[in-house]
Order: sequence, then C-alpha cells, then structure tokens
Amino acid sequence: MRTLRFLLQKEFIQIFRDKAVFRLIIVGPMLQLLILPLVANYEVKDINLALVDNDHSSYSQKLVEKIMSSGYFRLSDNESSYEEAMPGIENDNSDLILEIPQNFEKDLVREGTQKVFIAVDAINGVKAALGSAYLNTIIGDFNNDIEMEWVQSEPATSSFTIDIATSYWYNPLMVYFILMVPGLLVNLLTSVGGMQAALNIVREKEIGTIEQINVTPIKKHIFILGKLIPYALMGLAIFTIGLLIGRFVYGIVPLGNVFLLYFFAITYMFALLGFGLLISTYCDTQQQAISLVFFFIMIFQMMSGLYTSVDNMPDWAQTIAYCLPTTYFVEAIRMIVLKGSGVSDVLGHFGAILLFGIILNSWAIWNYKKTS
Amino acid sequence: MKQFWVFIKKEFLQVFRDQRTLLMLFGLPVAEIILFGFALSNDIKNANIAVIDYSRDVASQQLVEKIKSSGYFQVHEVLMSHEELEAAFKRGKIKLAVIFPTNFYQDLSHLNKAQIQVIADASDPNTATELTGYISSIVTDYQLKSATGARPSYVIVPEVRMLYNPELASAPNFVPGVMAMILLLICVMMGSVSIVKEKELGTMEILLVSPFKPILIIFAKMVPYLIISMFNVASILVLSVYLLDMPIRGSIPLLFVESFLYIVTGLSLGLLISTQTDSQQTAMFSSMLGMMLPTMLLSGYMFPIENMPKILQGLSYLVPSRWYYNIVKDIMLKGLGFSAIWKETLILLVMTAVALVVSLRSFKIRLE
Repeated sequence: MRTLRFLLQKEFIQIFRDKAVFRLIIVGPMLQLLILPLVANYEVKDINLALVDNDHSSYSQKLVEKIMSSGYFRLSDNESSYEEAMPGIENDNSDLILEIPQNFEKDLVREGTQKVFIAVDAINGVKAALGSAYLNTIIGDFNNDIEMEWVQSEPATSSFTIDIATSYWYNPLMVYFILMVPGLLVNLLTSVGGMQAALNIVREKEIGTIEQINVTPIKKHIFILGKLIPYALMGLAIFTIGLLIGRFVYGIVPLGNVFLLYFFAITYMFALLGFGLLISTYCDTQQQAISLVFFFIMIFQMMSGLYTSVDNMPDWAQTIAYCLPTTYFVEAIRMIVLKGSGVSDVLGHFGAILLFGIILNSWAIWNYKKTS
Repeated sequence: MKQFWVFIKKEFLQVFRDQRTLLMLFGLPVAEIILFGFALSNDIKNANIAVIDYSRDVASQQLVEKIKSSGYFQVHEVLMSHEELEAAFKRGKIKLAVIFPTNFYQDLSHLNKAQIQVIADASDPNTATELTGYISSIVTDYQLKSATGARPSYVIVPEVRMLYNPELASAPNFVPGVMAMILLLICVMMGSVSIVKEKELGTMEILLVSPFKPILIIFAKMVPYLIISMFNVASILVLSVYLLDMPIRGSIPLLFVESFLYIVTGLSLGLLISTQTDSQQTAMFSSMLGMMLPTMLLSGYMFPIENMPKILQGLSYLVPSRWYYNIVKDIMLKGLGFSAIWKETLILLVMTAVALVVSLRSFKIRLE
C-alpha cells in the first residue's frame, strides 16, 4: 500500500510538472464543451432558394410570396433560366432552385393542373430532404388556398378531420444542445482516459525509465494501479467540471440521480484506462501509440451515436457500435440526464461497461511483461 | 542536393523500420473511411414506436395498418398504461407513441372529427420532428383518401430533382468530410511528432551540429509522410468509387493536385506545432485539439455552418479542412473545374505559406 502511495505521488508530480500537457488536458475539453453545443445545430433554416420565374403572373407571384413568408427560405438568386441559376448551386450560394414554367397561370386556370420544378443540392441529404419537404408542404397549402378560392360556391364536401395532438417529452423546446452536452461529457472522458494512460506508459518505455521500475520489487498490478488512479481522478474532475458547465451555462439539470452518473463515469474510466493500458502493452513508441489511439478514438466518437444516431446505421454497423463501451455510456448518460431513467433502466448498460472494463484490464495485465 | 536525398533515404528507412506505425498509417485511414462511409447516416429507418389503440375499430385499424406498411417504423402494438409508457420511454425502448382514444371511429363518423395523440421522445429533437412528420403525413393521406368525392388533391405538382445525390445517400457527404479530417490529422500529428521525437530523444542536436542545412533536415522529414498521404488519397478514392459507389465527376489529376496542396498545408501546420513544443505528448495534444475539434465542428460536414453564431462562422474560415472539404465536394460530386475552386486553393496556399514562414522563423538551430 505504501508503495502505491509513493508511486501515486510520483505520477502526480510528473503530471503537474508538464504544464503544457496539463493545460491541454483541462482546456481542450472545456473549449469543446463550450463551443460544440453552439455549433451542433441541425435545425434547418434559411434555406437559400434560387428562383427562376418564367411566368411572372399573379399566381406565380402569389406562390413565391407564400414560400418566402414561411420563414424557412431566403431568396438568394433570381434568374431568368435554369442554366443561369445553376452556378449559384455550384458555388454553394443556393441550396435549391425553384423553376416556374412559362404559361404557369394559363395552364393552371385552363387545365387545373401545372408543374413546378425543384432542383435540390442533395449532397447533404438531411438538408435536401427537409428543404424539399418544406417546399412540398407550402405548395400543398397553396393548392388548398386555390381550391378554396375556386370552389367556394360549392357546398362543403362531407370530409372529416383527424386532429393530431403532439407532445414532445423531455425536451419541449426542441433544443439540440440538450442532446449534445451529456454526450460530450462522455467524449471528454474518452479522450482523457483513453489517450493519457497509454501515452504515459509508452513514454516510459521509449525513454527507458520503465526498465528502472522493472528492476524494483514493485509488483505489476501496483505499478499499473499507480498509473491508472491519477488519470481516473483527473477524468472525474473533468466530468464534474463538465456537469457544472452543463448546469450553469446550459441550464441542464440531470433529471436522474447524480450518483448514478458518477458510478457510470467511474466504471467507464475503468474500462477506458484498461483500454489505454492494453494499447500501451502492444506499442513501443509514442508514435505507434498515438496512431493507434487516434484510430480508436475516432471510432469511439463516430460510432457511439454521439453525432449520428446508432439506430440509423445498418445492422452490421450497429453490431460494431454495441461492441464499444462508449455507445453504452452515451446512451445511458442521455437517459439519466434527460429522462431521469433509474438504476433498473440502465442496469444493462452498466453491466456492459463493467464487462468491458474487466476484459480490457485483465487482458492488459496479462499482456504486460516486466521483462522483455 | 545529394545530401538531401541521403536524408530522405534515412527518414524513409526510419519510417519503414517501424512497421506497426506504417501499417497504421496506411490501413487505419482507409478502414475508417469505409466504416464511416457505410455506417454513418442521418436517415431515420426502423424507428421503434408504440401504437396504443384503445378503440380497435375499423378506422383505427386501417390507420395502424397504414403506419405499419409505411416502412419508417418498427411498430409495437400494445396496450399500456401511462406509467408503462413512461417506463418504455425511459428505458429507451420506443421513440414515439401513437395513442388512439376509445370511440375513435364513432367520433369520426358522427362528429366528423376525432383526435389521436402522438407523444415523441424529443431528447433527440431532429428524430422527433421527422417521426412526427411521417405520422402526420400518413394521417393526412388517410384523410384525403377517405374523404368522399375527393378531388385530385394537388393542383400544382412539384417535381423534385435531387442533384448530385439522387438516392440521398449519406456517403457523398461523409466521405469528403472524413477524408479532410483524417488526412489533416495524420499530416499534422505525424509531422509534428516526428520532429519533436528527435528533440525529445536528443538526436535533433546531433543533426543540428552536422554541416547540413537545418531547413533541409526538416523538409526531408516531411517527405515520407507526404508520399504516404498521397497513397492514402489514392486508396481512399479507389475504395469510395468501387465500394461506396461514389462518383468522381471532375478531373482526377486536379483532385490529386489539390490533395497534394492540402497535405502540404497539414505538414506545415505540423511543423509549426513542432517548433512550439518540446514533448511528443504536447505535440500530439496540440494537434488533436487544434485540428480534430475544429475539423469536426467547423468544416461544415457535420454541422451546417450557416446555423452557427457569427463568431464561429468567422472562425471556420481559419480551418483548412473547411476549404478542402469544399474542394473535394466540388470536384468529386459536382464535377466542377479549377475555376470553381480557385478561391479555396488560394486560401490553402496562403495558409501553407504563413505556417511555413512562421515556423521557419521560430525554428531554433541553436541549443538552449
């Protein structure tokens, strides 16, 4: 036990001595937490619309007015042909082109039906789908208006209406950062826990100081504990600061039990540090460790459902996602913070993370050799 | 000049000797592009929803059938109490619930008016919006079809054409973005780490006392990473065309020239970081923090730049990946030529020049 205390002392001195790294470890996550929720806004508004009105009739103008007054669109361009509007799409000034054909009004009045053409820049699928959906709805409304105008004299048809009463639970204001902030907390732990421990041990290997420790009678697991505990504590400190930022900057009060959150955070750190340790046992240079850690951190981030929902992935990718401890923690922390889910709701998640922790740590200890 | 080649050869030997790093440099970026290209998506498919039908009559069953057959949902038809419903939401089992009150059909046929309740889990607001949107369009459709003496519902028919990406697939958006991110990170990180490593191990001093020009030492260090990254660009492009069915509509040589420029930008930034730091750990964290985050957040492939606060929009101009992402999109997907991307190219050139000048100025050739 005494050995462990001295080892911990040594580690803390080393961590605090390197001011630059220490600052980066603290400042980086904070910046991320402060900026990302401002950025992570998927709300689609101000869609840039290029108008090609070949008709210039009163109906075409009414339609355009209706579209513009909806608030979703911004007129970016007004051209006389589709070809002239196209450069706007190419250099990203416009998101979609609305083309109203010649004789729009005439055909509408005479034949009762007419087409308008919409061309959408579909590289960003979400924006394209939403933009054209808005436009469709508005045109549908416009149709109803015309119908009303034309058939006013007729008696009302015997149609019926179904009202849909929609309620949005857990996030009635529909703001996006409520989803992002808890997920980002996980991300912070991932980057601190996963990288630090791995790099720290490999550094000792590379510089050669690990040999000095190897010749001492310090036991394997004590040495490893000495490496893990400082980073676990650091992770928890960052987690706490993150929760405070969430509370005081974004006003997110966890609905569920805060202790439950800490239980998760501790278990997750245990799993991730085990992962870092495992990587360190397979690497000899910091460069190797860096490229490997970087690879996995990317996967942890992108596949865990933090940015894009796991449910949207194809089945095989979902299987991969559920082989990462991060996925379970992101899901669980969102449930606990946003919905107030209790122990029984997230027991499975907890078990999964714990299992990862046990497997990764035992693997790492088994693979760590004092003699090479 | 001959000395320069010798140095390049030395660097190559060093890079190739460390086969594990080499494997990672080649394999991992490619693996990630493929993985993310296939896996990441913002389309909602098979969302789990609960249908609670207290009425169980003709009308409600017809609607339920319609919801089931729409293909957007995985429908669980159950009766549950309010508490059970809340529990299901809390456990994350369902994302939305549709509730039909008793006497749905009676209300509909006698009063011509009925109500259904939709409850969405809005902790993810986008999913909630889209799912409720699907439900309401299904209901509206049902209404229109059942209305007696229905006229054709649309007078003006919008004909929508999805340019560049007719299937609305996610890969065309994600691949250029992930490519920009991974290339930049590899170049900045490996570029800075490889130099700082010599500092940390003390071998830099040996190089500096040699009669060889320090600048050339630095450039020689960058060459292997430049070549590896060009290989990565090639393999990423081949895989995205043959595996992810992405088109390359524009000129391939142009794409390579621009990628070359972008890689040089990344390496210069790495050089800049290496002059400011002394340990590999610091170099690595600075690269991560300085490149990964801004690329993820501000390059526009994850989150639309137009929606950001003005300050961050201004900040995004400083992120090299933002420009490269535009370049790749323009060349690969839109098939545009140099005239469309000269601005982006110029910006990358300026960034490279600034990074090089600053780092060469602050590069210390004397020992402290």
